[in-house]
Amino acid sequence: MSVALHWFRTQRPTILIPKLVAFGLIVFGLLYVLSIATIPGVDGSTSWRTTTFGSAIHDPSSFLRVVLDSITFAGALFIVASGFALIFGLMRVVNMAHGSFYLLAGYIAYEIQQAMTGQGFSLDGSQVNTWEWLVPLLVAAPCIAVVGLVIQQAFLRWNQGQELRQALITIGISVIIADQIIAHFPRAASNGTQRFGGNAVDLTWPGWTDRFVNLHVGGVQYSLARLVMLAIGVGVGVGLWLWLYRTKTGMVIRAGVDDEKMTSALGINIQKTFAIAFVIGSALAALGAVVWASQSNIAQGTDGQWLLNSLVVVIVGGMGSIFGAAAGAILYAFVLNFSASYLPTTGSDCCTQYSPIFTFVLIALVLAFRPQGLFGRGG
Amino acid sequence: LNPRGWTTKQQLERGLALGALILVVVWPAAGLSAYWSHQILIETFFYGIAASSLIFLSAYGGMVSLAQTALFGIAGVIIGNLATTGGPGGTSKGLHLGWDPTVALIVAVVMTTAIGLLFGAVAARSAGIYFLMITLTYSVIATYALGQVTKISGFSGIGGINRYTPGWIGNIIDHPNRLYYVALGVAIAVYVLIRYLVRTPFGLTLQGVRDDPVRMASLGYDVPLHRTMAFGFSAFLASLGGILYVWWSGQIAPGNVDLPETINLLVMAVIGGLVRIEGAWLGAFAFIVIQNYVRDFKVPGLSFGGTLFGGSFNTIIGIIFVAIVLVSPDGLLGLWGRLFPGARSGWRRLARATTVEPAK
Repeated sequence: MSVALHWFRTQRPTILIPKLVAFGLIVFGLLYVLSIATIPGVDGSTSWRTTTFGSAIHDPSSFLRVVLDSITFAGALFIVASGFALIFGLMRVVNMAHGSFYLLAGYIAYEIQQAMTGQGFSLDGSQVNTWEWLVPLLVAAPCIAVVGLVIQQAFLRWNQGQELRQALITIGISVIIADQIIAHFPRAASNGTQRFGGNAVDLTWPGWTDRFVNLHVGGVQYSLARLVMLAIGVGVGVGLWLWLYRTKTGMVIRAGVDDEKMTSALGINIQKTFAIAFVIGSALAALGAVVWASQSNIAQGTDGQWLLNSLVVVIVGGMGSIFGAAAGAILYAFVLNFSASYLPTTGSDCCTQYSPIFTFVLIALVLAFRPQGLFGRGG
Repeated sequence: LNPRGWTTKQQLERGLALGALILVVVWPAAGLSAYWSHQILIETFFYGIAASSLIFLSAYGGMVSLAQTALFGIAGVIIGNLATTGGPGGTSKGLHLGWDPTVALIVAVVMTTAIGLLFGAVAARSAGIYFLMITLTYSVIATYALGQVTKISGFSGIGGINRYTPGWIGNIIDHPNRLYYVALGVAIAVYVLIRYLVRTPFGLTLQGVRDDPVRMASLGYDVPLHRTMAFGFSAFLASLGGILYVWWSGQIAPGNVDLPETINLLVMAVIGGLVRIEGAWLGAFAFIVIQNYVRDFKVPGLSFGGTLFGGSFNTIIGIIFVAIVLVSPDGLLGLWGRLFPGARSGWRRLARATTVEPAK
């Protein structure tokens, strides 16, 4: 108790008030989901606490499903954002073209999958086998890795340390890539109206994932494809951890994050390490694109969406840390999914999505407590 | 005001500025090209105001903000909701509160400034490249929020706002020259206001915060507070630009504040130069001239023959943007400054302010 009182007394009022408001909001949000929310009355009546599923206590299986949606989406978020975080953490390069890499990878994989199956436009799960999903991935990821490497070598290598300039350069490159995607993708659609212009297309998961598995918890049947997505995300996380913490290259990268000049002075070729990190980071954007485009879709504008996703994950989780990216991805995914499923739905306001506002609230809450993000170091 | 005491550079700059000012003042009155006055020049004025809010933050606060387009659009959406009445042709979205346009104008400016203060307060303890990232998320979030909160805007946005101007401005649809002179007057006022503000104690402290936040903090200045106030002021400027924009175009939609538009404003500021206020209008002018005359230009192999997306404007603007950042990161004004001996690069100062020290 005295510790709490001491903390309370030592806070500056300008910081204390936002912190108290933030704390109150978090508590209210949790209580709302747990017990305040209700389903519409039998006569269809609604109030400020009417939601689709009602409270978690009232409908645990829907609650569990939203939790699973959040965790599996966090898997896809982590794959993309960890690439962004890796590049930022090591080189302090804010790669504003990360979203463009994502979109380009998605379209490349789509073209390959279409060419392999020869079906045209939208595919059914039964028309795709495992190879017809893996090969597009194995082509798209190296393509994007090469694109990333070329951009890094041509535009970023010689002005290392000038962060603003590098960010501006990648913004310019993202504009060019976005415009060229509109001009050249998608190509495969047989119907003339759907060719080019960055129209929405989707990849297709292999057929064997297209079923629901019984989790034996609250009678929840859950999509196998989404569980596979989570498994890939966890695999990427474990792989990155092993690579960064159990290999020599990883050791060099961590040393480079801490002190680039000192690492270089020890005779280590830091430029080679930078190039490797950029290749892996770009390839992760491609992997994430293939995974999430199989679940959802890609279109013109998806690049901005995924640049936002990467930025939010990194800002929330802490700049340039793999653990931060994982924590940020999970928090952000929960906020997105719960604000979509557990907000009041009233008649006249049926179609409003408030999730962007809650994304802002999440950023504001985290930055109010920790300006450097949850796992960030320093200020 | 003794031109003999000025350096050659000052004489040239002030002479050119005076010439340009006289030209834009007499342009509509002299009956010169209405396309230029009602498209290119008027767009230069209000996009220049928005760009000046970005350059004010970067040149004097060391903060490169990508949220200015969002604030620009938020002001437009607020005045659209407050001033319009629905009525004839009123199929567009919005609350249609039908307030007096003058009151709506004041409320829109005040609310946008308040939102700017909130945005600034959240980002104020982060600096440099983090600030760029955080403000970019504001911008993208604002786009989605406007698109998805159907009551206030929705994806189709609000239309017909130019029919609701204050009585003291009058009908700008039939008399577009009125809007031209209003926009010109506001642009000049914004320029004078910024030049005045940076000489006040607040402006000087802000420049101290830009150059060395740690030292300013140890001297007892509240660094986050100064950053927040500067951000609020820039939101005020952006709101003026946004209101002029909706009066000019009549409509505002999420598409006017989306990521490409955000980048366009940044491109204007960078073309002009992120380190001098004058660059705002220079960059806006260059951008809009390119936009109007290069829009339909096709680069062989880089564009395709579709009707809707013909031309490769964004590719061209992207290439120009990258070229400017590579050759002269402080833009056209930086190039100009380097023509004269003894020029000091404002870019260095800005680059230092936006550099993140590695965590120790």
